[in-house]
Amino acid sequence: MSNGVDVKTLIIDEQEVSARRGQTILEVARENGISIPTLCHLPGLSNVGACRLCMVEIKGSNKLLPACVATVFESMEVSTDSERLRKHRRMILEMLFAERNHICAVCVSNGHCELQTLAQEQGLTHIRLPYRNPDLPVDASHERFTVDHNRCILCTRCVRVCAEVEGAHVWDVMGRGINCMIITDLHEEWGSSTCTRCGKCVQVCPTGALFDKSKIGSDHPKYPDFLPYLNLMREAQ
Amino acid sequence: MSKLKLATVWLDGCSGCHMSFLDMDERLLELAEIVDVVYSPLVDTKEYPDEVDIALVEGAVSSVDDEKKIRKIRAHTKMLVAIGDCAITGNVPSMRNPIGPEAILDRAYIQNASAQQQIPCEIVPKLLRVVRPIHEFVKVDVYLPGCPPSAETFHTALTALVNGGPLDISALTRFGA
Repeated sequence: MSNGVDVKTLIIDEQEVSARRGQTILEVARENGISIPTLCHLPGLSNVGACRLCMVEIKGSNKLLPACVATVFESMEVSTDSERLRKHRRMILEMLFAERNHICAVCVSNGHCELQTLAQEQGLTHIRLPYRNPDLPVDASHERFTVDHNRCILCTRCVRVCAEVEGAHVWDVMGRGINCMIITDLHEEWGSSTCTRCGKCVQVCPTGALFDKSKIGSDHPKYPDFLPYLNLMREAQ
Repeated sequence: MSKLKLATVWLDGCSGCHMSFLDMDERLLELAEIVDVVYSPLVDTKEYPDEVDIALVEGAVSSVDDEKKIRKIRAHTKMLVAIGDCAITGNVPSMRNPIGPEAILDRAYIQNASAQQQIPCEIVPKLLRVVRPIHEFVKVDVYLPGCPPSAETFHTALTALVNGGPLDISALTRFGA
């Protein structure tokens, strides 16, 4: 009994499911084919609960919980979809669009962008907030890649993949609140940083903020699926 | 039954939305049976009519003239439809927003001009400080994003709007589509 797997039974969207102790609500939901929208979460990386899109309702609590970091408990009743949640998710997406300069029509990731796809899935047809139009830099000093801060949503996937998987920790976040920026090394140009040129950050970036210079137009799909396999192979060693 | 009065308007956009509208091809003939185009860059009317049923507005609001036009259009239109990303998000015209109109005009008419370097100030309307979507000025009834919305999107949406049927815009189109 003591060395057995501790199984929890819970309800997600009126569906009875079982989970192992320590699993997150998101993991259990996806294992059971229940979709919860996410943006900063990526299989193979640690979870930070930064984007708040995966917020879910728990019966008996007024507080919304981020499904990517909240772990399951026995008999919990989770609701992943409601008018209240949809309202919050739309608002989060609208704030992301209004915060920086996301011009889908001229973006390398047009048609492959997770922010754009989520906006469509959540039924966004316009942004009710006024656009901020900040003046942000584009760093094209790297020989292979470019970072366009206009399109960055600060999900920190690049920071995590660089530190956790590549082990280089070239990317990090500078500043507070609205002034946050992702930076390479101690805010030096990407091209002269300690970057190992592995390109993992480009593949995990959900928008067109990080892109490969060799790609033209909007033909720039990203392939982040290598991460779980890479982790699996490393664990097997 | 009298025909619905349809207007199409071209503010700060590339006219691509109008091109896409025309791409409805033979379906335009079906549309012409139920609507009259009373105002449009495609027809010769100079003044916006007093009573319009549906107005399709392409382009962002970038100049004092655009602002004047969109307020007049709203006042004389029952259903205002914002068509395309420029009208809805500002899109490409809004890329000048972080830079400001002075620097843009200076680059276009002084730095890059080889003859008669001067910033136009007569006849052409004054630029607003920032380019903004239509709904930041007036109430918009329907949003049809896309760059441009496809002919199929126009046809499906217009058919639904004219007949008062259900319309799921996110199933048809998205920003940048």
